[in-house]
Amino acid sequence: MNLAVEAVQVSGVVVARLRGELDHHTSEAVRECVDAALEEAGSPFLLWNLAELSFMDSSGLGVLLGRYRRISQQKGKMAVCGPTAPVRRLLELSGVLSIVPVYDDETTAIAALREA
Amino acid sequence: MSARRNYMRLEFASRSENESFARVAVAAFVAQLDPTVEELAEIKTAVSEAVTNAIIHGYPDGEGLVAVTCTLDGDTVEIVVEDRGCGIEDVELARRPMYTSRPDLERSGMGFTIMESFSDRVDVISRPGEGTRVRMVKRLQSSAPTFD
Repeated sequence: MNLAVEAVQVSGVVVARLRGELDHHTSEAVRECVDAALEEAGSPFLLWNLAELSFMDSSGLGVLLGRYRRISQQKGKMAVCGPTAPVRRLLELSGVLSIVPVYDDETTAIAALREA
Repeated sequence: MSARRNYMRLEFASRSENESFARVAVAAFVAQLDPTVEELAEIKTAVSEAVTNAIIHGYPDGEGLVAVTCTLDGDTVEIVVEDRGCGIEDVELARRPMYTSRPDLERSGMGFTIMESFSDRVDVISRPGEGTRVRMVKRLQSSAPTFD
C-alpha cells in the first residue's frame, strides 16, 4: 500500500502522521488507525500532520470530515499542519480550510490546540 | 491521426488498488506535453475521482471493468473514464457539491466538484443498468509550442 499512517499521543493531542497517498483504497487504514488512537487516548484533540502526504482526493476529505464531525460532537478540536501544495489546494477548494485551522508544523499546532 | 495527436487506453478490474495505478498511468502519459507540477496534480486528482466513482458507485456489488482512455491533441488533454456498471439515476443530483448517494461510506460528496474545478469541461453520460461515461477536457497552459 502506498500510504503509511501512525497515530501517536503528544501532550494530550492525538497526532496522525500520514506519508504517501490518501485515496479511497488507503482511506480505511487511516480511519481505523486514527479512530483507535482517539479511543485509546480518550482525547477529543486531533492533529493531522500532512507534511509527507503527496496526494489526497475527495476520499481523504471524507476521512478528515468524518473525524471532524465526531470531534466537534465531543467539543474537541481538530487541526492540520504542513500540507503540501496540492493537498492544501484540495482543502481550500472543499472549504475544509474555513472550518479547520492550518499550522506550519506539529509543535505550533499542538500548542495552539492545547491553548484553545 | 495527426502528428500532434496521441492516444492510449487502459482497462482494469474495478478494484480499489487500481485507483493509484490509473492516475499514475494517465499522469505518465500526459507528461509528454510538459505540464506544470500543478497541472499534473490536478489531472491525477480528477482521474482518481472519476475512477473511484466507477469502482464504488458503478460496481457496488461486485467486480467489473473500468476503461480509461486519454487523448492528447496539441495542448489539450481528453480523459474518458467508463464503466458498464449500474449507472446514475439522476446525473444532475450526483454532480451537486456535497451530495453523496453513499453517506454510509463517509464520502465527502466532492468528487464531481473536484473534477469540474480541475478540468475545463466535464460531461457525464449515464444510463441506469448500462453504465457511466465521464469525459474531462483540460487545456494545458504550460504546453510547449508545436511547430507543425
